[in-house]
Amino acid sequence: MNARLLVALIWFPCAALAQGFAGLGSDAEGFALPKPDKGFDFPADHGAHPDYRIEWWYLTANLTGADGRDYGIQWTLFRSALRPGDPGIKDWSSPQIWMGNAGLTSPGRHFSAQRFARGGIGQAAVTVAPFGAHIDDWHMTANGPGIDSLEVAASSEDFAYRLQLSADGPLVPQGQDGYSVKSADGTASYYYSQPFYLVGGTLTLPDGDVQVTGQAWLDREWSSQPLSDDQTGWDWFSLHLEGGQKLMGFRLRQTDGTHYTSATWIEPDGSPTPYGDGHLSATPLATASVAGREVPVRWRLELPERGLDVEVSALNDGAWMDTVFPYWEGPIMITGTHSGRGYLEMTGYE
Amino acid sequence: MTRAALGALLSHWRRKPFQLVTLLVGLALATALWSGVQAINAEARASYDRAAAALGETRFARIARADGGMIAQETYVALRRAGWLVSPILEDRAEIGGASLRLVGFDPLTAPPSFLPGSGPGGAGGLAGFITPPGQVIVASGTAEDLSPEGGPEIVTVEGLAPGIGFTDIGIAQRLLQRPGQISHLILLPGQPMGRPDLQDIAPGLEIRPPAQSSDIARLTDSFHLNLTAFGLLSFAVGLFIVHGAVGLAFEQRRPVFRTLRALGLPLRRLLVLLVAELLIFALIAGAIGVSLGYVIAAALLPDVAATLRGLYGASVEGTLSLRPSWWIAGLGISVIGTGAAAAQSLWKVARMPLLAPARARAWALQSERALWAQGGAVVACLAVAAGAAAIGGLVASFTLLGALLIAAALSLPILLHLLLGLAARLARAPVTEWFWADTRQQLPGLSLALMALLLALSANIGVGTMVGSFRLTFTGWLDQRLVSDLYITARDEAEGQRLEAYLADKTDAILPIWSIKARVAGWPAEIYGVADNPIYPRNWPLLEAAPDVWEQVHAGTGALINEQLMRREGLAPGDRITLPGPWSVPVAGIYSDYGNSDAQIVIALDQLTSRYPEAERLDYGLLTDDPAGLARSLRDDFGLPAENMVDQASLKAFSLSVFERTFAVTGALNVLTLAIAGFAILTSLLTLATMRQPQLAPVWALGLTRAQLARIELGRALMLAALTFVLALPVGILLAWVLLNFINVDAFGWRLPMWLFPRDWLWLGLLSLLAAGLAALWPARRLARTPPADLLRIFANER
Repeated sequence: MNARLLVALIWFPCAALAQGFAGLGSDAEGFALPKPDKGFDFPADHGAHPDYRIEWWYLTANLTGADGRDYGIQWTLFRSALRPGDPGIKDWSSPQIWMGNAGLTSPGRHFSAQRFARGGIGQAAVTVAPFGAHIDDWHMTANGPGIDSLEVAASSEDFAYRLQLSADGPLVPQGQDGYSVKSADGTASYYYSQPFYLVGGTLTLPDGDVQVTGQAWLDREWSSQPLSDDQTGWDWFSLHLEGGQKLMGFRLRQTDGTHYTSATWIEPDGSPTPYGDGHLSATPLATASVAGREVPVRWRLELPERGLDVEVSALNDGAWMDTVFPYWEGPIMITGTHSGRGYLEMTGYE
Repeated sequence: MTRAALGALLSHWRRKPFQLVTLLVGLALATALWSGVQAINAEARASYDRAAAALGETRFARIARADGGMIAQETYVALRRAGWLVSPILEDRAEIGGASLRLVGFDPLTAPPSFLPGSGPGGAGGLAGFITPPGQVIVASGTAEDLSPEGGPEIVTVEGLAPGIGFTDIGIAQRLLQRPGQISHLILLPGQPMGRPDLQDIAPGLEIRPPAQSSDIARLTDSFHLNLTAFGLLSFAVGLFIVHGAVGLAFEQRRPVFRTLRALGLPLRRLLVLLVAELLIFALIAGAIGVSLGYVIAAALLPDVAATLRGLYGASVEGTLSLRPSWWIAGLGISVIGTGAAAAQSLWKVARMPLLAPARARAWALQSERALWAQGGAVVACLAVAAGAAAIGGLVASFTLLGALLIAAALSLPILLHLLLGLAARLARAPVTEWFWADTRQQLPGLSLALMALLLALSANIGVGTMVGSFRLTFTGWLDQRLVSDLYITARDEAEGQRLEAYLADKTDAILPIWSIKARVAGWPAEIYGVADNPIYPRNWPLLEAAPDVWEQVHAGTGALINEQLMRREGLAPGDRITLPGPWSVPVAGIYSDYGNSDAQIVIALDQLTSRYPEAERLDYGLLTDDPAGLARSLRDDFGLPAENMVDQASLKAFSLSVFERTFAVTGALNVLTLAIAGFAILTSLLTLATMRQPQLAPVWALGLTRAQLARIELGRALMLAALTFVLALPVGILLAWVLLNFINVDAFGWRLPMWLFPRDWLWLGLLSLLAAGLAALWPARRLARTPPADLLRIFANER
């Protein structure tokens, strides 16, 4: 028996939820469920919510190097509870499992790496005051109260990065005051973002270091069953538009061929306008053959209420995350009624 | 024209479907055995690797405390948080379900892929069930039978694990072993990230130990697999005799067709192309059947039906038998090559056939005295090649020697039978007996190919069986010799070693220090061991050559033992002097066999080692005790020696032997299959002859022998020929084993396995070959007994 396989089997329900892979079916029995109108409690909500089955700290950054080229990085920490009821066990028997994914994309190269850790022994954890999230040496650590100023770092055999982030805007609740509905059945998650980070730092590539600057977007989400049984995967967009507006949008693909969409338009001052199912339209325009799959790498995004009609295309078609649960995640360039840069994550393309 | 010609050629197979079946079955069986042997070899090697891995995690470098103590869990976390990719292992002996297990605790999330050898379903509850109490212990199914699950962790069985070892989660292991927060050592994973701090900065006192080198088992089995491969090749050759017979018969019977086609204007070249195309199609069909069949054989011989299904459905799971594309190519290729080899002679004959040649089918190889002489010449030529190869030496030459000897034996079989039968005919007095011998002699050319196949199968059986048996006896003896102590322990430092000696003094039957130094002796890398003066060594250490008072010499410091490898390289014999570091010139007192080690080894007295080489590491001991488990427990609990410093060699031995038994079972089954093919060859030959022989039998019948009598005579003849062939195969097989043991093993590995003879196996084989020949003759004999008298009468009307 391959231990990785063992891990895959076990992680499966959680990864399915976290990434929108097929075959959910797991119920939330025993875990807490998100409720509308609860509101957030900061800084406590920056930390972990072990009563919920899954949770993530998900950072993407669009960067420009001193060499003039575009780069993108991803830093992700997932938490999954194998069983409900976590009395804060401080040894190996803790049911909390952690997974870290890191990616680095340039126009010509793409790197990815993955880490796993058990909860309860200190190899991976999230603290609230001061805020810090880590798995092994990968970390996202606050330089002060809250999460306005962060250091983010990851390293692997062939790449590494260390970035300083500072927010020049407020935290943004997604959906209805942070209650983000994910299907017509009403499955939902708690979801807030910090899309206003300005970034500076260093990427380490096989050919040497590159100084970079740019923008980053942090997503925080936790739930116990965010997808419905009939949802097979998702396409998630985060756009930094020139002019300071931001757009978060996702399309959940359903087995009957229909989609469930959701979007949040964010003004430069951070005030969000949520749009429920049907307002955002995301249409694949072209696919690329990646890791033996056909993955859409050029899209048309339309949000008529905001006069938005743009085409987004991947900086690097081959931004495949070759991890235990593989998916596509990479930087995108925006043209059309608006321009800018952003990130695209696509899961469930088998 | 081409189409019509093809139709005419193929119509032969429509009229003679049995011939077609013979051809395809023979070819498919030959390919199947070849492919099966290849698959079994590959699978066996993989399981050795798994076994070696299970016994020592040899594949990975590890980090351990330099002083041999336990690592704190905080150190593990600190290393991970500094970027070091390491995975924790806690191992110790534990009582689980009433049995003593070597428990290996690991972390499934950070352990390297394929850390856990073997395959099979996981336990219930997925990862949560594995890591949260009560947890699960993964063991081999044989081990599970000894365990009674009662309240403790769930017992999960997996194929391919070493016996006596249980794998569990590290957290569960810490609970079961009552070692909270402790780790035995860390596995150092490949692909470490850039920019890590030094190990000493994070965890002073830890050191990196490189992965162990290839195990002795793998080295030993190399020679075994080499021989198994040769055996597969022989099976293939035996199968080709059937193909040769079927193709030859079909070509002879189609001579009128060939002549007619040629006379009608079909160019010779096109005729040949058509025939080659026909054979190619047959070869591909039979090859495809053969590869599938070979897979079935391999899967049936290896108890892993689940792997078969996974293989057929394309899922490549590590450590299981999988049907790979390369297999298909190799299998089809060998089938085509084999068909070509078997049909070359027939095609050559067609190419040279005069246009106006008599079209009647000849009994396809009526052998004249001249042909026999020619064959005798070929035998002499083969023997000359064999002698030349034996003189040259080397692995390729040894295989040439093997092949030449076998061909010579096969070719000389008809000559020897011819001579023997002639002798018998001269001694015969009664008319029926006289006819019997004469008729047998007359039939010999038609049967000789099948009998040659039988000879090859039998001698291969005897040869490989003798080699395998000798190998096994030797290996068992070698294990006994090497694993003479019941429990092996390693002290963490020399002070602890002295304390261990004091502690164990009244708890064991004997404490045997196993101290050694590495050195260069006669230019070769070597190890010099010191042995204590204990009667167990003279009793259990078989020597290849020795002076009369060998052990007295060794213990008096006036003699040394050397291993076979050193003896062969340096051409040493007892009494010669060898110079050890120092320099110390000491006479060779004896030579011992050392299978599984390519380096030179010297054994001297322990006090000589300690006085002459004070730098020798004094950490390892072998203990003689009646209760190794109890002693290990008290060493761990009372003395505090970590379990990883104790090796219970009884389980190591049991496992090594079980690996070999599994492979021997495969050899046994292959023996039966090869014999079955030879039996099939006899059947096809007899059936072919039966139809041709009616003109010879009808007069005998007319003279008054009943059909039942004739049938009994036919049966008796087949049995007699098989018996004769077996008797002739016996020396050939022993010769084959001798070549395998004395040339191929020596050339490949530098040691000579002693040959043991197994007469009881031969008796069985003889009975088996009689049974095969008897069964093959039964059908034609029954057919003869039931031939309507009218058919026999018609012979006279038609033929005369």
